[in-house]
Amino acid sequence: MKSLIIAEHEFKSVFRSPMAWTVLAILQLIFAYLFLTQVETFRRLQGKLAVIDNSPGLTDIVVTPLFGNAGIILLLVTPLLTMHLICGERRNKTLPLLLSAPISSTQLVIGKYLGVMGLLVLIVAMLTLMPLSLLVGGELDSGKFLANILALSLLVSAFAAAGLYLSTIAGHPVVAAMGSFGLLLLLWILDWSALSDADASSWLHYLSLLRHFQNLQTGLLSTVDVSYFVLFISTFLCATRQHLHRSRLTP
Amino acid sequence: MPLIDAAHLYRYYGKHCAVNNLSFHLHKGDVLGLLGQNGAGKTTSLQMLCGVLAPSAGQIQINGFDLLKHPLAAKQHIGYLPDTPPLYRDLTVTEYLTYCAKLHGLNKQATRLAMAHVIERCGLISVSKRLIAHLSKGFQQRLGIAQAILHQPDIIILDEPTVGLDPLQMTEIRALIRELGQEHGIILSTHRLSEVQESCNQVHIIHQGKLLLNESIAALDDMMNTGIIQITTRFAADNQRLATIVGVTQIETLAENCLRVHFNPANNPTQALTETIMVAGWELQELTPVKKSLEDIFIALTQDKTS
Repeated sequence: MKSLIIAEHEFKSVFRSPMAWTVLAILQLIFAYLFLTQVETFRRLQGKLAVIDNSPGLTDIVVTPLFGNAGIILLLVTPLLTMHLICGERRNKTLPLLLSAPISSTQLVIGKYLGVMGLLVLIVAMLTLMPLSLLVGGELDSGKFLANILALSLLVSAFAAAGLYLSTIAGHPVVAAMGSFGLLLLLWILDWSALSDADASSWLHYLSLLRHFQNLQTGLLSTVDVSYFVLFISTFLCATRQHLHRSRLTP
Repeated sequence: MPLIDAAHLYRYYGKHCAVNNLSFHLHKGDVLGLLGQNGAGKTTSLQMLCGVLAPSAGQIQINGFDLLKHPLAAKQHIGYLPDTPPLYRDLTVTEYLTYCAKLHGLNKQATRLAMAHVIERCGLISVSKRLIAHLSKGFQQRLGIAQAILHQPDIIILDEPTVGLDPLQMTEIRALIRELGQEHGIILSTHRLSEVQESCNQVHIIHQGKLLLNESIAALDDMMNTGIIQITTRFAADNQRLATIVGVTQIETLAENCLRVHFNPANNPTQALTETIMVAGWELQELTPVKKSLEDIFIALTQDKTS
């Protein structure tokens, strides 16, 4: 219950400043451009696809690349949304209010996390609206479409968890943003080096965010990929809680 | 049962010992002043008492709850104003207080009542719809206090509550503290000695993390008595005649019509002095007991320890 109070405060506070509005507007603009490009590609290929058996459909050509690109864009944006979570409270000297109130560290971490997730879910929802508009004149593979929504949601949840942790350990918001961006980008591109040397670095494969994200995007809902994200999120949330707890002993 | 029972607190920052074996006991109706220079360990002590920092060693009982083992139950009884008021600048006063009330688990109706109460008590009525960013320092400080007393805690911990205020606001805040002290237990920290004299009934003087003095204000007042009265008259007084009064031990002349009368504290001659001067027709203009200032005591105590 206390977590929801903090989450609500956090969610509302981004809308009090121009930040949330700017982020939503600019992302929507970029997503719309990407979406229209993909629709155009589909229109161009439509004639050729009609003659191929088992050809990629509207979902494969529009939705999957759109969500894939959205994942990369959110990798750039999420650190900016999470950098203030704890770090901002500390710099604004408002953290003592939360620490001296009857709230546990766990509630505080979950509240902050849910607060930023609110905005991220909104971003994903607004992105989802675009492919939905195709239903007017076409048909979507609903299974694949839902798999894409799930994949992107899990991906941004993972981004947010890592961002929250770095916001807790960093002393300055820019350090937090740069730190989480670096960490996420590194986890993203781990796959690239893994590709060149397939067997020697299979564990790198396993660590890569991109790989698990793409697996889910294909519509193959495997436990391995989902649990990777669940583990990723819970690891960072626990680390955040632990750090907050310890910081009372050694600030 | 004491509201705060904290024993043998230690706090280290790396090798540096910021708080060294401090103990606090606070009962209902007490206003305890924590006095010390900058860096004496005041803020650290207060942060430990309200659970923002954990002590390196020692025990804290808040209203019977162990702060380290049952932090949530204990913190329910604490209202805390840090040295910088913890305000969200982009909220209005009412929005901010509503959030604070929710954090302390007040329900809707209790929140409404509590808010109306503190807004009135802290003189925030005129600014209740304004953004916190647009408030003056004095109002921000008052809002900080409002936040600390909102949920009617038994213990109120104020870290330098009057810093940065103008003299009029200071008097108002001190009056508020005295008033609150009747129903709550209050600990406040300050480096202004006059503030302790005005608002507190107990004082702890700390220096480099250690307790130098733990006295009631009455005992402190006794310590400040020097046994000297300064007298100014319109016409020169006859020192020899004054010296014969019972209790007077010595008279020194400061200026032509200005005397200092030393006396034996057990036998205060003020009444006799006034009568003698009136009868003799020297026209009394001023009669002031000379007190050692708290500053003197403070300096004497700290020098004792450092030398």
